[in-house]
Amino acid sequence: MCLGVPGKIIDIDADGVMATVDFWGVRRQVRLDIIDEPAAVGDYVLNHVGFAIRRIPPESAAETLSLYEVLLQESGDDVMTADLRAEIAGAGEPAKAR
Amino acid sequence: MAGESLKFRDPELAKALAAALARHVEEIGRPVSVMHVCGSHEQAIAKFGLRSMFPKLLTVIMGPGCPVCVTDVPEVDEGVVLAEQGVHIATYGDMLKVPGTVKSLADAQATGGKIHIVYSPAQAVELARSLPGEEVVFFATGFETTAVATAAVIVDDPPKNFSVLSAHKYIPPVMEIVAEMPESRVEGFLAAGHAATITGWAVFEPFIERHKLPVVVAGFEPLDILAGLVELVELVKNGTPKVVNMFPRCVTREGNRAAQAQLWRVFRPVGGRWRGIAHVPNGNLRLRDEYAHLDARRRFTIDVKKLWDYAPTHLANQCICGDIMAGIKNPYDCKLFNKECVPETPVGACMVSNEGTCKIWHLYGGVPDLSEVSA
Ligand code: SF4
Repeated sequence: MCLGVPGKIIDIDADGVMATVDFWGVRRQVRLDIIDEPAAVGDYVLNHVGFAIRRIPPESAAETLSLYEVLLQESGDDVMTADLRAEIAGAGEPAKAR
Repeated sequence: MAGESLKFRDPELAKALAAALARHVEEIGRPVSVMHVCGSHEQAIAKFGLRSMFPKLLTVIMGPGCPVCVTDVPEVDEGVVLAEQGVHIATYGDMLKVPGTVKSLADAQATGGKIHIVYSPAQAVELARSLPGEEVVFFATGFETTAVATAAVIVDDPPKNFSVLSAHKYIPPVMEIVAEMPESRVEGFLAAGHAATITGWAVFEPFIERHKLPVVVAGFEPLDILAGLVELVELVKNGTPKVVNMFPRCVTREGNRAAQAQLWRVFRPVGGRWRGIAHVPNGNLRLRDEYAHLDARRRFTIDVKKLWDYAPTHLANQCICGDIMAGIKNPYDCKLFNKECVPETPVGACMVSNEGTCKIWHLYGGVPDLSEVSA
């Protein structure tokens, strides 16, 4: 639960609190209320247990993603990959009904 | 094992970094121990076979960097007792098998306890909304990176049947404890990148002032870790205790101020035990009085003493997790490692979590240079 996961914002709700974030094709709801600086659609954000904690500077996005891309090629019995998949599968789920 | 999983994007750079590391250690000319404080760092070190690239005289210890592993026995007991009182417990999956004094949450579940696995505090709140009339307690574990998320749901007006049992821990104070242990040979720290995303790297300055030990903030790529170690060992060699941020993609000097404000609005640091380590002043995060109504410890009478009439089992007494996290021993020094203690039937907490040293070493097998760790 220490490894944050980067994803790309594809939508932000009207009150600016909930974002839809794409993680390698998996879409999850992520909250934006504790992010370090305002993020917009198209930005990459670092997510941790369903909350975005950092807007990744656009020039660093590719570099940030590469580790995860290596991990996601692994089979399921690798712990680091298993943790990552769990974060992707679970982050922000279920969507918050307000 | 290492060979097949060495997947550096830039093998030449990896080689150059390994050579630089070897050169610095050679110039120091004696054994050097440094500590990282992050389960994800250990996973990457094991997964990418980095230990096989470290110079013989360099020992890289995993410190108390696994939040599940340092959740103390009485804290697990509180969750177990609440579950036995019929309260719904929502918690992270890693917590289920962590041993309490006599039972884990998984044991409580087997005897009818209502335990739910969640990935996010927001899910725990959803669970409470879906169970009106029932009490739902979020058993909250994790370091500052996770605590900020708990804080966010606490200030967001959760339903009345929701409360929090906080076992959150704060990393900077435990580094002080490790540095002060008389047996400690740690000469520098590799700080966890994602926790520092929240706190910022300036948080380590008072520590450096007091202990004169260098701190390097590093990311999680194998090359990030190698580069971080090269920097750290060079600082050790030159006797320059300072903070160097090698993870600027995610970590700034000030960190995430919005998250820090939220964290300290909700939590106050109190002293408390970390499993196997010690009492850590200011190392535990508890809810402030303003949020007493959401604090499970104040909402319920939690009588853990009834569990304490039993003596801890004989095997659990032999667990040396604490010494491992303090860098004094390694899993091979434990007689139970890979025998009585395996992930399916863990004796100690370090064998439970995917971020625990014993579990990681169990999964990735032996590491060539470790015979000299436990001098
Ligand atoms: S192998 Fe098991 S009993 Fe031994 S130190 Fe690790 S967790 Fe504790």
